Amino acid sequence: MATEHIVKAYSDELNALEALIARMGGYVESIVQESMSAVSRRDTALAGQAIEADHRIDAIEHEVNEAVIRMLALRQPMALDLRAIIAALKISGDLERIGDYAANVAKRTLVLNEAPPIPSAAAIPRLGRLVSANLKEVLDAYAEKDADKAVDVWHRDEEIDAIYTSLFRELLTYMMEDPRNITACTHLLFMAKNIERMGDHATNIAEVVYYMVHGKSLENDRPKQDTTSGLVAESPAESPAESPTESGSVEPYNSGPDDSGPTPTS
Amino acid sequence: MVENAIVDSDKNASTNRGPKMISENTNVFYGDKQALFDINLEIGQNEVTALIGPSGCGKSTFLRCLNRMNDVIDICRVTGKITLDGDDIYDPALDVVQLRARVGMVFQKPNPFPKSVYDNIAYGPRIHGVGNTKAELDEIVQSSLERASLWNEVKDRLDEPGTGLSGGQQQRLCIARAIAVNPEVILMDEPCSALDPIATAKIEELIDELRMNFTIVIVTHSMQQAARVSQRTAFFHLGELVEVGDTAEIFTNPKDDRTQGYITGRFG
Amino acid sequence: MTDMTTPKAERAATIRRPDLSAARINRRYGAEKRFRAYGLLAIGAAIAMLAILLFSIVSKGYSAFVQTYVQLEVTLTEAEIDPDRTGDPEVIRNANWRKITFESLRAEFPDVKSRSETRQLFGMISGNAPIAVRDYVLDNPDAIGTTASIWVKVSDDIDTFNKGFIDRNLEEDDRRVKDNEIVWFDTLDGQGRVEAKFNTTLFTSGDSREPEQAGVLGAVVGSLLTLIITLVLSFPIGVMAAVYLEEFAPKNRLTDLIEVNINNLAAVPSIVFGLLGLAVFLNFFGLPRSAPVVGGMVLALMTLPTIIIASRAALKAVPPSIREAALGLGASRLQAVTHHVLPLAMPGMLTGTIIGMAQALGETAPLLMIGMVAFIVDIPSGFTDPATVLPVQIFLWADAPQRAFVERTSAAIMVLLTFLVCMNLLAVLLRKRFERRW
Repeated sequence: MATEHIVKAYSDELNALEALIARMGGYVESIVQESMSAVSRRDTALAGQAIEADHRIDAIEHEVNEAVIRMLALRQPMALDLRAIIAALKISGDLERIGDYAANVAKRTLVLNEAPPIPSAAAIPRLGRLVSANLKEVLDAYAEKDADKAVDVWHRDEEIDAIYTSLFRELLTYMMEDPRNITACTHLLFMAKNIERMGDHATNIAEVVYYMVHGKSLENDRPKQDTTSGLVAESPAESPAESPTESGSVEPYNSGPDDSGPTPTS
Repeated sequence: MVENAIVDSDKNASTNRGPKMISENTNVFYGDKQALFDINLEIGQNEVTALIGPSGCGKSTFLRCLNRMNDVIDICRVTGKITLDGDDIYDPALDVVQLRARVGMVFQKPNPFPKSVYDNIAYGPRIHGVGNTKAELDEIVQSSLERASLWNEVKDRLDEPGTGLSGGQQQRLCIARAIAVNPEVILMDEPCSALDPIATAKIEELIDELRMNFTIVIVTHSMQQAARVSQRTAFFHLGELVEVGDTAEIFTNPKDDRTQGYITGRFG
Repeated sequence: MTDMTTPKAERAATIRRPDLSAARINRRYGAEKRFRAYGLLAIGAAIAMLAILLFSIVSKGYSAFVQTYVQLEVTLTEAEIDPDRTGDPEVIRNANWRKITFESLRAEFPDVKSRSETRQLFGMISGNAPIAVRDYVLDNPDAIGTTASIWVKVSDDIDTFNKGFIDRNLEEDDRRVKDNEIVWFDTLDGQGRVEAKFNTTLFTSGDSREPEQAGVLGAVVGSLLTLIITLVLSFPIGVMAAVYLEEFAPKNRLTDLIEVNINNLAAVPSIVFGLLGLAVFLNFFGLPRSAPVVGGMVLALMTLPTIIIASRAALKAVPPSIREAALGLGASRLQAVTHHVLPLAMPGMLTGTIIGMAQALGETAPLLMIGMVAFIVDIPSGFTDPATVLPVQIFLWADAPQRAFVERTSAAIMVLLTFLVCMNLLAVLLRKRFERRW
């Protein structure tokens, strides 16, 4: 936003929208961190906090939607303003999803804490750290309108996908070794999947930031490292990875490998 | 991505048909003052090209160069080359009257002649020797009014003065009058600036329909209008052609900061 | 936000509200009322002046439309009129009508004997009376041999006396009608043989030295002929010049110079055009003196600037959008002008022309220079016949010594004003006819 708008209120509204996204980003970052800490420390209280925080994020998303609709209707934005407003709308959607996933992770923590700890649970916070680093960076990229930074984030999602894939294999192995682990491992699997989805949404945000700055989309399809959709367990009788069922889940849960979204708190 | 795809197909379409008019290094001077600087613009066949820009940027001046309406102004001088289907329109051998029969014009303010609706439409064909019989003229008048979506509104009052119609009807009458000559290109100089939104919408719909048979160049102050009706948009600023491109591209991702500033309302 | 609003708030504190006090409002309305009153006063004054002018003219001139006649018993003896009974009008025409008429008048007053009294008596009737008697007989040949009662005009002095403009109580030496004339007149009046009739002569004859014989027809026809020449010359030339200057001429120094000079010409005193006409049309080209054709040419020169200026204003008033519309459709400049601009400018041009014509109608000075001031009795029948025009006629009559010409001068002015009103009416009608909305 090099120069001010002739209509100052318009600039003010755009700045307010940006500030709203920044605030929302802040909340999402903290909820992601809280839920990760809850997992690693088996902290039930922290998990409850994270679940609670998700409501605030939903409220802000609603606020962003209202503001965007009002501006589209009243200001008829063009060019970079249009892109900024659409970006805000899409980013708020992505952030809301990330918030939901974080809350879902926190909820699973509550269940997980009932069971004995599983060694590979330590991989979850590692994945989480990577995702929150990406999230932080992509939010910085948005605030600074730095498309290069956004592209960096976009490329780094490969790493997350790679870790996720290895974690997936690991958990499958655990489950095959000892059927008593299945409940915990399934929760961990869904947690990992959720975190991986957070990473995907961060990538989406990176794409939106790139579009907002350059006015065009990132051309190539991102090289996907999440190859789990092709994975099978060594013994096909044990557990198919494809289309996870809700059998082990504590709560009702509708998700697919591509766009998994747990329903809000039940 | 999707936008790019559309843009590409449009580009291909226009290049296939070839540009209808080409302006090469056109400069316009009013006395000592230069109004246009080296304008290079191609106007695609059967496309609507919108010229936008702040007041006094030279877009109307450029429009008037395209059918030599600037000739009327004594102190106006045009250099460079503007071609219509490859013929230089400033060639002294080319008759300006014939040029204007091929490149019609619709003005900012509806300006029907103070004559009947019928005579308004029939005037052009009459002076160009088209439609020598009453029946032929009747046919031209009816078809022109139909193409301008005005026939149903005025068919019962063809003998009433054209100045008695509403503003929007008058402007459509002027468009019908221009169509009656069957030009190849229609120039429109802010045709909706004096009209209410409903009348404007009717004209915009009409422009979209006319695109099938005519090449249209429209000057407009309303960016929304340019976005709605045109396939290509050219942005003028201080007598220069700053940017030209596909309308979708110009309004979502202009390349030049001045274009950006103008269309987003940040003009310094 | 706060940075923005604070200075605004400070500024708001220094804003001065409009003074809406009753006193100020009253002052403003008072000024408006006064201004309107001045305007009404000005219009009232103008109307009053006009009314006074019209009243003075009408009150002086209305009596000229009436002429006093006296009934004579004329003995039409065959021996004197047509001794050989030929019945030939030529013979009848050559009879001594003067003698016949005067004899019959003398028969009315047998007392009149002396030579001077006789002359006085004969002076009471118009010099045209014998001709009136002759014309009566020519129209009624059967009356020969009988005594016919024929109405003849009285002389201008008796007419004036009858209309009450000569006071019979004045000393005899101070009035033009002497005592015995009054006695004779009263005698005839007492017999019911004096009557005031409508003065057709005023409208049917040309100028004359005798007021009762004088009419304005010659001048009216002269004016008409002159104006026709003026119109035929100045309208096309003026309109062409205006159209060229306004629509075709390049805007450069030369056209500016022409424009300035046309405006100057409009302000040149008209007598100068008369001198020009004298020098060029009469002396150089040798055109006939006193002719409407020359008068028309001189007046055309004089009205040209008016017409050009009015026509250019009318052309300028045509919205340029109409021109653009025509040109944009591929009309040539000439087509745009003749099809659209000229018809729209026509009412204005016609108004300008009529104003110019009205000016020309009232013009005297330039015509004096080319000899249209001559005393011309005959009614002109062509553009090269000697003629005079109404204002010149008025000028001549105003100069004439006879008392009876005073009322005729005013009557002629009334005729001139009627002429003008008719022309203006024509202008209004033409305007209405041609006017179009755009």
